[in-house]
Amino acid sequence: MPKILRIIILTIVSLTFAASAAVCDEFTKDDLKQWNAQFMSSVKEGEKLFHSSLGRNTVSCDMCHPNAANTHPETYPKFQKQLGKVITLGDMINWCIINPLEGDKLDLDDPKMIALEAYITYERRGVKLAPGKH
Amino acid sequence: MKKNLTRRKFLKAAGIAGAAVAMPLSLVEFSWGRNSQENFTLAYVSDSHLTHIKGGQFVRNFDMGLKKAVTEVNFMRPKPDFVVFGGDLAQLGKKAEIDHGLEIMSRLRYPVKWVVGEHDYYLDLGQYWSEKVSKLHYSFDHKGVHFVVLNSILTYDNWINRWKSPAERMHQMARLDNPQGSPFMVRDRQIEWMKKDLSGLSKDTPIVVMSHSPLYKIFKPWNFWTEDAEKVQAVLKPFSKVTVLHGHVHQILYNQIGNISFQAMMSTAWPWPYPVSYAQAGNAVPKLTVFMNRADPHSERDATGWSIINLDNGRVINDFKLWENTNRTLRYDDKLGYPVDTKYQNPADRIPPQEHY
Repeated sequence: MPKILRIIILTIVSLTFAASAAVCDEFTKDDLKQWNAQFMSSVKEGEKLFHSSLGRNTVSCDMCHPNAANTHPETYPKFQKQLGKVITLGDMINWCIINPLEGDKLDLDDPKMIALEAYITYERRGVKLAPGKH
Repeated sequence: MKKNLTRRKFLKAAGIAGAAVAMPLSLVEFSWGRNSQENFTLAYVSDSHLTHIKGGQFVRNFDMGLKKAVTEVNFMRPKPDFVVFGGDLAQLGKKAEIDHGLEIMSRLRYPVKWVVGEHDYYLDLGQYWSEKVSKLHYSFDHKGVHFVVLNSILTYDNWINRWKSPAERMHQMARLDNPQGSPFMVRDRQIEWMKKDLSGLSKDTPIVVMSHSPLYKIFKPWNFWTEDAEKVQAVLKPFSKVTVLHGHVHQILYNQIGNISFQAMMSTAWPWPYPVSYAQAGNAVPKLTVFMNRADPHSERDATGWSIINLDNGRVINDFKLWENTNRTLRYDDKLGYPVDTKYQNPADRIPPQEHY
C-alpha cells in the first residue's frame, strides 16, 4: 500500500472514531430541550388519557385520583397485597382499567400505557423512591 | 307465610333480614336545643355521583353505594327525624341522573332536606334541581335548632359564561383537578339573605349550616375551598354554637375555626385522597383531623359511607358508618372547644392505615 494511501486511511479511521466519540459523549442544551419536549408530550397524552374514559362505563382515572394522587408510583414494583404478588405500576393501572373502569387491559409497552405512566410519575416528581412500600 | 311466596318477595324479605343483621346499633339519646328537651337524630347521606352511561344504564358501583345507604337509613334506630342529602346526587347534572337519584331516594321512609352540589348544578345552573328536587338555599327550625342550607358552589359570572355549551361548562366543573376550574362561592346576595335569616335569633340558638363545599379554605386546586368563606364565617361569629356540615371532599375531615365546628361527610360513591398526598402543591388540611384509613381499591365500598348525626345540647355528635372500616365517632369536647375522634384523636392511638403520603 502506498504510504499516502495508508495516511489517508488512518486519517479517515481516526476521524471516524473521533466523530463517533463526540456523538456519544456530547449533547447540547437544545438536545436536552428536545428530549424533554418528547417526554412532556407523552405526559400530556397521559394526562388526557387519565381524564378520559378508558373502559366502557365512562368512569375515568382522575375521578378517584385527582392529579394522580394516591397512585404512589414511587412504591412500585411492590407486593400488592390484594393480588398476592409483586407487580409493576403498569399492572396496577391495568387492574384499574379492568375493574372500576370496566375496560380491557393495555399491553405494558402500549404507547398509551407508557403515557399513563409518564403522567402519573411526573405528577409525583421530587418524591423519593420507596420500592416495596405499602 | 303465604304459599305463593314469589322469588322477588323472598329476595326482598331476605334482603331486609340481612340488612337488619348487618346494621350497627347506634342507640344514642340526645337532647337538642336550649328550649327543647326533645331528642332527635338525623341521617346524612352525600355525594352519590350517579353516572349515566347510555339508555337506562348507570355506573353500577355508584348506584350500589346510594342504595346501600338508603337501605341502612331505613333501618336506623332511633329513627331519624329527617335525612340530609349533601349534594352531588348526579355526576354531570343530567335529568336522567337526577331522576334516577330521586327514584332511589324515594325509597327512604323519612323526609329529605337537599343541598345542591356542583355536579347537580352546572349543566343548567340549577334549573332542573329547583323544579324537581329542592330550593337551592333555605332555612328551617327543628326542635330548637336553626338549620341553614346554602348553595355554596356558585362562582364568578365570567367563568360561567366562558364556555361554548352548558355541557362543556358541566364537564369543566366536574373535573376536580382542573387547572381551568373556578373557586366556589356563596356570593354576597346569599350572604345578605343569611344575615337577615339569622337576625331574629338569640345568640345561644344552636345553628347548623349545611353546604356542599367546606365553608373554609383547605386546598384550592381541588376546590376544597369556598372563596368568600370568611364573609360567611363573620355572619356566624356572634352565635355560640355553630356547626357546618358539608360534602364534596369524600373523606373524614374536621376543623374548628373560632366558634365554628366544621365536619365533612363521606361519599357513598368513592373516596378522594387527602391533599397532603399531592406532592406538587401546598395545602391547609386541618391538623385536627385524624385521617380516614387509606382506601383499598379492591373493595369498592371501602372508604365510603354515611353518617348518623346527633346534636348533644346543640353540639354535633357524628357517627360515621364506614362500610368496610371500623366505624368512627366525632364528638365536640366542651373543655377543649373542638370536635375530637372518640378513639383516635391522641396521636399515640392512631393506626398505620391512617397515614397518607
